Amino acid sequence: MSLHEDRSPGGIIRPGFDRRTLLKTLGIGAVGAAGIPLLAACTGGSGPGGGASASSSLTFGSGSSDDVPKAAYKAVTDAFTAKNGAKVTSNVVPHNDFQNKIATYLQGSPDDSFTWFAGYRMQYYAKQGLLSPIDDVWEKIGGNFSDGMKKAATGPDGKMYFVPNYNYPWGFFFRKSVWAQKGYEVPTTFDALTALCAKMQADGLIPIEFADKDGWPAMGTFDYINMRLNGYQFHMDLTAHKESWDQSKVSNVFDTWKQLLPYQNPGALGMTWQDSAINMGKGKSGMYLLGSFVTQQYTDPTLLADIDFFPFPEIAMEGQDAVEAPIDGLLLSKKGGNNQAARDFMAFIGSPEGQDAYAKVDPSNIATAKGTDTSAFSPLTKKCAETIANAKSISQFFDRDALPAMATNVMIPALQGFIKDGSIDVKNLEAQAKALYAAQ
Amino acid sequence: MSTPTELSEASAPGARTGHRKQSSTTPKPRRVRRLSQRDKVVLGFMVGIPTLVQLAFVWIPTLLSVFLSFTRWNGLALSDIRMAGLANYSYVVNDSPAFWPAVQHNILWLVFLAVIATPLGLLLAVLLDQQIRGSKIYQSIFFVPVMLSLALIGIIWQLFYQKDNGLLNFLLGTAGTPQAVDWFGDPHINIWAALVAATWRHAGYVMILYLAGLKGVDASLKEAASLDGANARQTFFRIVFPAMAPINIVIVVITIIESLRAFDVVWVINKGTNGLELISALVITYLIGEGQSIGIGSAFAVILLVISLVPITIYLSRTFRKEKF
Repeated sequence: MSLHEDRSPGGIIRPGFDRRTLLKTLGIGAVGAAGIPLLAACTGGSGPGGGASASSSLTFGSGSSDDVPKAAYKAVTDAFTAKNGAKVTSNVVPHNDFQNKIATYLQGSPDDSFTWFAGYRMQYYAKQGLLSPIDDVWEKIGGNFSDGMKKAATGPDGKMYFVPNYNYPWGFFFRKSVWAQKGYEVPTTFDALTALCAKMQADGLIPIEFADKDGWPAMGTFDYINMRLNGYQFHMDLTAHKESWDQSKVSNVFDTWKQLLPYQNPGALGMTWQDSAINMGKGKSGMYLLGSFVTQQYTDPTLLADIDFFPFPEIAMEGQDAVEAPIDGLLLSKKGGNNQAARDFMAFIGSPEGQDAYAKVDPSNIATAKGTDTSAFSPLTKKCAETIANAKSISQFFDRDALPAMATNVMIPALQGFIKDGSIDVKNLEAQAKALYAAQ
Repeated sequence: MSTPTELSEASAPGARTGHRKQSSTTPKPRRVRRLSQRDKVVLGFMVGIPTLVQLAFVWIPTLLSVFLSFTRWNGLALSDIRMAGLANYSYVVNDSPAFWPAVQHNILWLVFLAVIATPLGLLLAVLLDQQIRGSKIYQSIFFVPVMLSLALIGIIWQLFYQKDNGLLNFLLGTAGTPQAVDWFGDPHINIWAALVAATWRHAGYVMILYLAGLKGVDASLKEAASLDGANARQTFFRIVFPAMAPINIVIVVITIIESLRAFDVVWVINKGTNGLELISALVITYLIGEGQSIGIGSAFAVILLVISLVPITIYLSRTFRKEKF
């Protein structure tokens, strides 16, 4: 149900809109308002040149329809207008609609610039020629990003298409007080993890909180076990269907997962991630593998301060190098490619200045550009940001790295079936993958 | 109905010649000439617009669906359409693990609605047709589910079925314990939970139709039956129920249609996965949204169409046969 069970890896984090953020929004608004006369003073002096910059404008399509991200993008566009003088017209669409209609949107009359995700979900539309490459923009902003970010922003033809704005890591979240009381230690290997789970179970806890009524959260567990067993590149090749599903590498993922299944919440198939987050908040379960958006369920500041995070333990290869950290950012549509103001806007969101404008209003996410203001970060956010910064490779979550039809129509039922009774038919997965990828 | 009069006119053309200018022509061209230019335009619109609407919204999409079910297409440029032969159907029948469960669930849905929901609606209608106090209020209450939106239904049943905080488990005293029944998550139970929710809607719908039907039954029939010494039960089953034959047929058709297009309750629970597979949900999964795979989705839709054609054909052939007599 879309009303309270949002598809978050593909969607948007929605923290509570508290008084503090409201004040911040007002503050940004005030700053923006203050900037306008300043700008007018600048352009006023330049005479006819001022007319040219005033006439430039762009449209910005946004699927960030929840209150906080919406206000945050408003702050960004205001800051851009204040800096550049170009007028930005925003079209905000509810995020489920925005995602479901993306194909018709891009073929019809799209906005110049619009919010989207990194990974296959971006590359697919780049391949169809529906996006404009922005290598010129990356020449300006390239220095602001790590190699991992740059890789995630590159299209299938090697050109740059995407400007990252923020991301959030997936990992195990837990309550420090519960762990301190029972004397648990953060596991760094898979064996240590299973040993810890056994201990937690003996202590009467559900070791690993788990929810999969909506189908997508279990993909996080699959992705991590796959990357830790077979490496980051295999994850990318499998999701791009360059590797077959019908091979022992894939079966091994499920076999390894079977060791964790008895420790994951047995009621997972009837629960949403919000239900699970509440369980962990109540101290009923030991830890929870989810994106950092889990914290939005904890409105009590003492509880929020009690939440900590550790990356998925090492299994067979590449240690803990790969991190699953879906990136949200902006793309330039084919039509927007001819609009210099839209290119400037893309460059702006790729600058620390633009990302700070966003993060001031929506502090639950982690800005992706180097040199952004981290002074307001909570210790948890700082840890999340460090984990991403130290990652050798960044994956985007299964439903962003793979063909959407594969993720939604094949993986969700398959993983639910696996959670139900531990059975999986990799031959059938391959047969379905073949048919679906062939249709693209 | 009009045929006998036409025949009589034709057989006795001279009977009303006095009123007509030309008596020698056959009646058929005369009938056409009776339409003025304006009549023709009006008639043209009255026939043409529904035909166009029908073509645009029913026939063309249907035929296109059938065509697309034999192709592979990513839904972007028309030039990307490639022929795929029967590959999509082979995927549906052989590869898609959800198809056969979906067929079974649709059949279960039909049986459940026919055996439980529809009779329940009839029972409600009969009870509310008595002169009981507040009958109108009860009618409204039972009919409300039919009018509610998808989103509301989702929230209402969430409140009932939620595992740890839901009303049902609370009443059973198992809420929050490991014994709590997982109404939505357990793939052996959730189909029944969904069927109860579907019954809650369907019974109200059937009730309203039967209430209208019961009002239409001539009261003198019942009176005559009771004079003949029939008890209430005999009166209902031998007199009233058969007298509602036209309504009964409508109800049968509606029950079949509802079981084929069963969708909303399942969709709001978990989008038709994990024990709740239905053909209509599969059509939507494969056709709408980012994960669309138009060829396969169309193949599901065509299969659903063929299944739907069976009861529709039977119904239509019955209706037309009746008109002939």
